[in-house]
Amino acid sequence: MNTSTSLYQEVILDHNKKPRNFGPLVNASHHAVGHNPLCGDHISVSLSLDSECIDCIAFEGESCAICKASASMMTVAVKGQTREKAEILIQEFLAMSTGKLDLNSPNHIGRLAVFAGVSDLPTRVKCAILPWHTLHAAFNSQASASTETNADLRPAPNGVV
Amino acid sequence: MNAITTEPNTATLPSQGVSACAVPAAGQTTAAPTFDVERIRGDFPILKLLVDSKPLVYLDNAASSQMPQQVIDRLAVYHSSEHANIHRGVHYLSETATATYEAARRKLQQFINAPEEREVIFTSGTTDAINLVMHGYGRKFIKSGDEIILTTLEHHSNIVPWQMLAEETGARIRVAPVNDAGELVIDAYQKLFNERTKLVGVTHISNALGSINPIKEMIAFAHSNGTPVLVDGAQATPHMQVDVQDLDCDFYTFSGHKLCGPTGIGILYGKASLLEKMQPFKGGGDMILSVTFEKTTYNTIPYKFEAGTPPIAAAVGLAAAVDYMSAIGMHNVAAHEAELLKYATSQMTNMPGVRIIGTAQNKAAVISFTVDGVHPHDVGTLLNQAGVAVRTGHHCAQPVMQRFNVPATSRASFAFYNTLDEVDVLIGGIRDVQQVFA
Repeated sequence: MNTSTSLYQEVILDHNKKPRNFGPLVNASHHAVGHNPLCGDHISVSLSLDSECIDCIAFEGESCAICKASASMMTVAVKGQTREKAEILIQEFLAMSTGKLDLNSPNHIGRLAVFAGVSDLPTRVKCAILPWHTLHAAFNSQASASTETNADLRPAPNGVV
Repeated sequence: MNAITTEPNTATLPSQGVSACAVPAAGQTTAAPTFDVERIRGDFPILKLLVDSKPLVYLDNAASSQMPQQVIDRLAVYHSSEHANIHRGVHYLSETATATYEAARRKLQQFINAPEEREVIFTSGTTDAINLVMHGYGRKFIKSGDEIILTTLEHHSNIVPWQMLAEETGARIRVAPVNDAGELVIDAYQKLFNERTKLVGVTHISNALGSINPIKEMIAFAHSNGTPVLVDGAQATPHMQVDVQDLDCDFYTFSGHKLCGPTGIGILYGKASLLEKMQPFKGGGDMILSVTFEKTTYNTIPYKFEAGTPPIAAAVGLAAAVDYMSAIGMHNVAAHEAELLKYATSQMTNMPGVRIIGTAQNKAAVISFTVDGVHPHDVGTLLNQAGVAVRTGHHCAQPVMQRFNVPATSRASFAFYNTLDEVDVLIGGIRDVQQVFA
């Protein structure tokens, strides 16, 4: 039950306060906007691909600390990587956030392991994965992404009060 | 059979045992009623829970309140020795369950001072009750070009059904605004009326801000225009004495689970004259007098609106909850909660970086707030670390959030079993949140 303590680690608070690659990206080749209908948060991810390699990437939007830090660390992790490697990382991050990734087996998660704790907070999983859904949508040139579209994710219905 | 023959008193006279132990605190018979919050807390097993090794501080009562042992026990007795399907069964248990269910209806009638039992309809909750009126009254009497007045403060459950009706019929929704304190602007409300105004839907107390609407005045004005009024009382019945005859409302809706009762049960009160001319909402068993493939004759009220097997156990549980609340006294509940609100407001008003959204003069014990630089979801997750349960988000009242230019808030909502010490835990928790994000 002390997941919330471990979730707000220094690295997450730092990326929330000083998000990397935050702002608009001119001449982006791919772009998508992600929405979390649970809280109304939204972020946009823009990137430019140079022969399947992520040359530049940036994000913007209004969100909680978990979402913003996740987006910031995501841009750092995938910048300079190939699209293929980024897609693998997206899948691993989604698996980790929903408690389906064995962190002891070979993976590419690295520093992103600070988000492993969200798997114990079902209502916060969506905050962490929104940027990654949005990046995936951007690769596939989808206009918008939502945390509500992936059937693999734990359901966390909208508040009723 | 053993349960029936060996424990006839339990099976036939459950309410006596329950009402006897439903008196939670001393003071009912003394001239100056005392309110012993610690004794009351002893009735609520869930309040002994530890969260993250910290005592639970439950401040999410506007979403759902907790059940006292008396209600839990009453449900157990019902399930152990009284349950069968109601109405028409000629056997012992069916007759017992029917009598218990109808006694619950009378209890709810008394609780809101409804003139007649048949004006009290069991629904699955406030949302269901509002949808019943939308289908039963709205679809029959509201036509293209007609107008429905709502307020900015409405919960989505008192907006969406009317929007669905408007889309279907071509009726128009008009919205009465609130001022910067979150109080309804009565002049603007009155100016919305015209000869096409066919219904007013208004919340008694805002779930998001706690503002208490001047509904008696609003109802009187609507009636001067010949317009009936539906009141969403989900947030009011747990916190104040509600008298539907004094209010003269046409419909009053509320939920059991916000009133220390079970989920899946709610009440629609409606004036008999209106209920009788409404069409049924759901079709099925129990809501009919006779059925042939050529023609069905509907039952009388309230049964016309209670198709299928109702939530019998939940109705019995709600009656026990109402007994419990009445024994404490709604005036005692209101007084204690006013004290909590006053203290929490004074503490939070003095906190730098904390902004209270909704500062109505007439307000229930609900505090919606924002913390500068911290998203409400982060506030909620970190407060949980201190054992404090608050709600974060738009509270199913997005128009309220838009009115105050915030995407979401954190909301502490109090009940009569909360304490001043718990307010201190909340305040300390907010300070810790600010520390983490400093």
